[in-house]
Amino acid sequence: MESIEQIKARIEAAISGVRIEIVRNEAPCAQHSLLVAAVHAAAVARFLRDDPELRFDSCSNVTGVDWLDAEITEKMKIKKVVEGVEKEVEEVKQSKRSGYLEVVYHLYSMEKKHGPVIIRLRTANRSDKVNLPSLTPVWRGCEFQEREAFDLYGIVFDGHPDLRRILMWDGFKDFPMRKDYVEPDDYEYEPTPHDDVLEKTKRHYPSEEVKA
Amino acid sequence: MSDAFAQSLRIVESPADETKTASPSVSGAEDLGAPASPRGYSLSRKDAGDGEIGGELLEVAMGPQHPSTHGVFRMDVVLDGETVIKLKPIFGYLHRNHEKIAENTSYLGSMPYTDRLDYFCSMTNNWAYALAVETLAGIKPPERAEYIRVITAELTRLLNHTCLIGFLMQDMGAMGTPLMYAFREREKILDLFESLSGARMMCNYMRFGGCRVDLPPGWLEQAQRVADSYPRFLDEFEALLSENEILLARTQGVGVLPKELAVNASITGPMLRASGVNYDIRKVDKYGIYERFDFRVPLGSHGDVFDRYMIRVLEMRESLKILVPALKEISAGPIMDPKAKLRGFRPKVGEAYGRIESGKGELGFYLISDGSPNPYRYRVRPPSLINLTILEDMCLGHTVADVVVILGSVDIVLGEVDR
Repeated sequence: MESIEQIKARIEAAISGVRIEIVRNEAPCAQHSLLVAAVHAAAVARFLRDDPELRFDSCSNVTGVDWLDAEITEKMKIKKVVEGVEKEVEEVKQSKRSGYLEVVYHLYSMEKKHGPVIIRLRTANRSDKVNLPSLTPVWRGCEFQEREAFDLYGIVFDGHPDLRRILMWDGFKDFPMRKDYVEPDDYEYEPTPHDDVLEKTKRHYPSEEVKA
Repeated sequence: MSDAFAQSLRIVESPADETKTASPSVSGAEDLGAPASPRGYSLSRKDAGDGEIGGELLEVAMGPQHPSTHGVFRMDVVLDGETVIKLKPIFGYLHRNHEKIAENTSYLGSMPYTDRLDYFCSMTNNWAYALAVETLAGIKPPERAEYIRVITAELTRLLNHTCLIGFLMQDMGAMGTPLMYAFREREKILDLFESLSGARMMCNYMRFGGCRVDLPPGWLEQAQRVADSYPRFLDEFEALLSENEILLARTQGVGVLPKELAVNASITGPMLRASGVNYDIRKVDKYGIYERFDFRVPLGSHGDVFDRYMIRVLEMRESLKILVPALKEISAGPIMDPKAKLRGFRPKVGEAYGRIESGKGELGFYLISDGSPNPYRYRVRPPSLINLTILEDMCLGHTVADVVVILGSVDIVLGEVDR
């Protein structure tokens, strides 16, 4: 299989004005991924599927990831002139990142027997701009998995043929896989409460009744 | 239709329907009229087009009928007479948010929980998770552990396929006998797992970097006896079933899955190969030590239920070609990588996707590490769920009785579908 840089170059050559970034993966397996702008997602997906060299005909895995607002600290080594001598100095750079939801697609080629190529789409934020284009028209295998990402993360896939909750029931309001999800306070009696249950018990019963 | 029957079905008129546009001769929906219940069975008029009475479409909740669905899976089916014209699988009743629970515990802590995904094949679930963590952290298990993994995984495949055939026959109406034959063989394999790991089904046996305990004395000989007697069982099973007239009539040409659709819908495992796509992850990824064994990948040519049945029989015979040499070649040695750290395990920042060929298809784990002891993201790629995507496509135009058989041939376990 071609390297991720080559695949990126080929996509850029085929689709004009496409915005793609390579997301580096530091793990030993080095499965790098391509961050694709949402507007070009369908075109990129079609290209990856139909290109005779790549032929990623099967979208194996689709999943959501929730990234909260975070402060990122980066340690950088900068060459500086300190007291007339050039030295390498470590500098800590802090930046803020606003949260977003992300969908990750793992593509494999059954015809060429290579893969994976990983593409990622990101929403603008975590609250109101959570729409992303659906890739179900390109790969049918995304259908249930995108429904699951909608169900558990609240990512809305535009163009999905049947976007309903799949694992939770229809009346359910929240999105349980989000990192800031608070589980409902449905206390269940336990004769000898301990740890978290003890804390919950104290909220439900006056303190003298609780014997830990 | 009599009023009594209409009452017993709680018939409601479905509001947005062709009923409104139907010709006068068929527009008598109100005489079906029980008071509208929010969600009951519903009948709607079929538009015959030429003013003829076209009959009614019946929407029913069908199932559970498959042994592994035990009350947690049904299909909302729209029927024209006995023919299926729409089908939506409904599941989620066993959902316990496995992924969230795993994100709140350490890497090692979710290993026993993977047993509960596809509770028929805990060994392959363990392996898939161990493989994903090993991919993430760059650990390599020692030789003996790799052999034990291959042996247990192939035993699991035998057990899974044997039981699936038993269930399929049960669905077809062959009550008891084939299923009990299958369970008799399953017992022998479960006994092996019990003496190895202490548990029959929830084995919790593999670890990232190796396996938990070494083989007990006499285990290899016992496994050899099971492997040696298996071809005889398969011959017996096939003599009983493969050329059975009823089985042929019920399965041939039923639930055909075309090759292109199977690839596009990410179908994996025996279902994909029954449609004639040569894709076996044991051959493609060559994970573990599978490249050392000489086995073939059986392929179907029609993609119908019979091919799916036959593929599983043939795959069991190929599994034995891996199992028998593996039991002979296994050598003494350590079973854990000494550098692997189970407790306090904190992989570096990064992500990994690891996948294996389980009995049901491609079982994958996707992990994102943020450097803490818990995974930031833990995702299971469940083959059972994704193979259900095209259930409707396979069932359209077939009768209700065929839907039962088609669902049986997909091979689902709800612990994995719902997670």
